[in-house]
Amino acid sequence: MEVTRQRVDDLRVRQLRAQQMLKGDLTDADLEEFVQERLIFTKFETAQNWARKNCLFPLGFGLACCAIEMITVIGSPRNDLARFGAEAIRFTPRQADLLILSGRVSIKMAPIIRRLYDQMLEPKWVISMGACASSAGMFNNYSLVAGADKFLPIDVYVPGCPPRPEALIYGIMKLQDKIMGTPDEGWRERYKAHGTEERSEGAGVA
Amino acid sequence: MPDATGLELIAQRVRDRLGGEAVRDTVFFRGEATLEVAPEAVRATLAFLRDEDAEPWESLMSVHGCDYLPDEPRFGVHYQLLSMERTDRLNVKTRVGIEDPSLPTVVDMFPTAEYQEREIYDMFGVVFDGHPDPRRILMPEDYEGFPQRRDFPMGGEPVLYTFNEDSYPRWYD
Repeated sequence: MEVTRQRVDDLRVRQLRAQQMLKGDLTDADLEEFVQERLIFTKFETAQNWARKNCLFPLGFGLACCAIEMITVIGSPRNDLARFGAEAIRFTPRQADLLILSGRVSIKMAPIIRRLYDQMLEPKWVISMGACASSAGMFNNYSLVAGADKFLPIDVYVPGCPPRPEALIYGIMKLQDKIMGTPDEGWRERYKAHGTEERSEGAGVA
Repeated sequence: MPDATGLELIAQRVRDRLGGEAVRDTVFFRGEATLEVAPEAVRATLAFLRDEDAEPWESLMSVHGCDYLPDEPRFGVHYQLLSMERTDRLNVKTRVGIEDPSLPTVVDMFPTAEYQEREIYDMFGVVFDGHPDPRRILMPEDYEGFPQRRDFPMGGEPVLYTFNEDSYPRWYD
């Protein structure tokens, strides 16, 4: 109770000082202290990554049974991915920057997934969700790609068959850590994939 | 299902109409009646059973492929007929060899056979002559081989067990 009252009093003091500042009543030393209290200094890249990690736009794209868990994560209030700033689902790859491979990847689907990935704007990230997308899981046969990392760079692998929603949320938080930890670095730098850009020589290069 | 006697009667009616070579065998096993016919007579048999038989079988429930390796002829194609009126079922079965795995299509008689014949072509490589759209249906169009054949390699990646962990390459090798 005492602590709450103390915090309320602090807030009142801050409000009053803000009012004084707006009226122009604060003078040199007080003004300096007011400004120092309210500023955060950081690098531009850090601020940019902080913004990026807190506004991930997942692509609304499901492959198989893992998609059910993925939908409960990104689309339901129970698991509420909005807490981590990634709830804005986009159903076009051109507006999304997070691809969650939720389910088994067949060799017929692989070129389509690659095309979706190529259509996404950089920076872009991929989570391989579940055993099937990571390694074909229990299906070791003629029709599946054993691991989506054969044709895509993948940032986070979430194990499970299917993973619980909490596991996927943890994977997304790991991805957020990764976004913060690699300042302004594209996937081509992370995977040493320079020279794989799909554009013809001289076209559109400034 | 027709009982064993009923199956023999059906076989006799087919033989009377199409000649003695059309029906090769009749099998009555666990309440299921199966008519084994020659591959060149399968279309005529199905047409007869659908349109002219005294007990008509008006619908085709499903068409299956099967690989009987190492038996010869290798591939089996099963047609399952249903009479909704009599709630009765009859299997018509035929076998084709690996040298010339082709059968006449029945899509013009039973339109439901279109996708199922495509699936049999996709999985077993049995070609249905006269099919209106003879493409693959499940696998990609540029896929090589017919994956449900029993001599088709399993595919995928080698699975590591304790008995082969020394002989298979591992990702860090």
